[in-house]
Amino acid sequence: MAKEVTKLIHQYLRHDKKFPHVWCPGCGNGIVLGALIRAIDSLAIEKDDIVLISGIGCSGRMTVYVDCNTLHTTHGRALTFATGVKLVKPALSVIVIMGDGDATAIGGNHFIHAARRNLDLTAIIINNQIYGMTGGQYSPTTPYGSFAETALYGHIEHPFSIAELAVTAGASFVARGTVYHARLLDELIAKGIRRRGFSVVEVMSHCHVQYGRRNRMADPVTMMKWLRDSAVRIEKAEKMTPEALTDRFTIGVLADVEKPVYTEEYEKIRQEAKRRPIG
Amino acid sequence: MTGKKVKARRFIQGNEAIVEGALAAGCRFFAGYPITPASEIGEMFSRRLPELDGTFIQMEDEIASMGAVIGASLAGAKAMTATSGPGFSLLQENLGFACIAEVPCVVVNVMRGGASTGLPTHPSQGDVMQARWGTHGDHPIIVLAVSTVLECFEITVKAFNFSERYRVPVIVLSDEMVAHTREILVLPDASDIEVTDRKPPSRPPEWYIPYEDNSRGVPSMAAFGDGYRYHVTGLVHDVRGFPTERPEEIEAFTTRLFRKVTQGFNEIQLTKSLFLDDADVVVIAYGSVARSAKRAVIEARQQGVRAGLLQLVTLFPFPRKQVEPIMRRCRTTIVPEMNIGQMSREVKRVNPGPCRVVKHNRVDGGAITPAEILERILTA
Repeated sequence: MAKEVTKLIHQYLRHDKKFPHVWCPGCGNGIVLGALIRAIDSLAIEKDDIVLISGIGCSGRMTVYVDCNTLHTTHGRALTFATGVKLVKPALSVIVIMGDGDATAIGGNHFIHAARRNLDLTAIIINNQIYGMTGGQYSPTTPYGSFAETALYGHIEHPFSIAELAVTAGASFVARGTVYHARLLDELIAKGIRRRGFSVVEVMSHCHVQYGRRNRMADPVTMMKWLRDSAVRIEKAEKMTPEALTDRFTIGVLADVEKPVYTEEYEKIRQEAKRRPIG
Repeated sequence: MTGKKVKARRFIQGNEAIVEGALAAGCRFFAGYPITPASEIGEMFSRRLPELDGTFIQMEDEIASMGAVIGASLAGAKAMTATSGPGFSLLQENLGFACIAEVPCVVVNVMRGGASTGLPTHPSQGDVMQARWGTHGDHPIIVLAVSTVLECFEITVKAFNFSERYRVPVIVLSDEMVAHTREILVLPDASDIEVTDRKPPSRPPEWYIPYEDNSRGVPSMAAFGDGYRYHVTGLVHDVRGFPTERPEEIEAFTTRLFRKVTQGFNEIQLTKSLFLDDADVVVIAYGSVARSAKRAVIEARQQGVRAGLLQLVTLFPFPRKQVEPIMRRCRTTIVPEMNIGQMSREVKRVNPGPCRVVKHNRVDGGAITPAEILERILTA
């Protein structure tokens, strides 16, 4: 087992990027990075054919460690850069890593449009319900009544449900996992990458340093247990009452539909333009 | 039949000539958002690009457009966007990313009356300083201004060439008048157009250092998917592209970024001269105002006044080498602008001596006429 992990690290992480990494001890981002690498390995995609694009935040720092084509963009705009990459090189696997603030606050508009266009991208949104890197300010997924650096009296806003938002916006594959359910996460990410069209994998994660500490869950183990206890498999949730699902979230695949993919539709436009140019 | 090739003659507006120039330069990606008076550029790209196996996409805003342009360029395409004031303000952050990550791209700003929503259907030159310093932080950038439909074609080709050669974003400043004026444009043969492409790496991937310095200060550039797996970031980075906070690495990076453009001043700083050899009064103008200035200078000469015109095609880096000697020789310079006085500040900055700088500014949404400039020349 250890040998396999070492092999994966050796194969997929950059050898010339100095460690230690920037994340706090116990951060969920490491688990997501592991799941991403295991997913890529299981799909046997060439590193040269992968473009890993990230936004700004702790999750944004993931790209620099991975040995493929990597792009660390501006806050909230990762999907727009990814759009340009995909349209010019549709054969490449374009995977976009964002945090909850990056994807649904400043990047919210780009998120819903990328989903609507059904571009063949895989969006991995690491949702730790806080702005970790900047010191613990509230994000669009910070729970009502919880505490944050900009909500020390208690938070009065209600959170987005990212996966549900993605479904409504038109994404063809939507799943949610957690950093506790690591094996499931490997599967969901692999499915998302393999799926043609806009795939969203929301990953419930923990930031014990910024969120947990202010909300009576000051260490990673407590937060992981909280993730474990809050998560409900979708198949099971379908048979439960709304009351039983209060303060819980579903994990698994929320949507998996066949839809025309943007680049294929545009290729038809190219054929039409060549046949009957409007000039 | 003499066998001479018939060149394509088109009667088109400035906006369309920009598209023709871009396509001639090899541009095959456009992402943009509709905005008056630039919308025709995107519209024409949407018709022409698919036929050439290129891509047009209308993004959800100008911020997204700039992001897509950068992604496309990193994937190997020559890419551009076109907008006006409000959109130009929006895309500044990503423009700065292109500057620091050294991503070739062209941004067209068809200037309209500002600030804010301003005067959407009137020309102005109000975004000149913004073009140089609109995005935060110290950054190099090239800004060109067009005054005719022909220049819309030629300067857009130049913009792409500079962008590829120096790995720097190039802003093309047009205005509502040049954009919507129709003139005859004789399209050159493709063989007559000089096109520059970014230099690909000369080393294999194992030895590739993405942001390595060299004599020109411009690193070679691999496209995503070509086998060179490197890191691109908006953080200040070392030669490998990895974020750094070491003072010596930050300094080396920043100085190289500016040095690469400074070393190219001779090539980059484009101006056009008319009657400058013995000029006593020199009009320094750019954009559509340069056309009125040309008429005024010709008329002044006919009246026996030793007037001359220096048209700035390159606004930034400011062509000090051309402007300073002129200011040494002449008595007065007149700087007519459709703004409150932006390039006049640069002219004053490089004034080596007692040359008088006369501003002529119009901010009422109207164009500066030859008569106004002639009046200034005669009373100089």
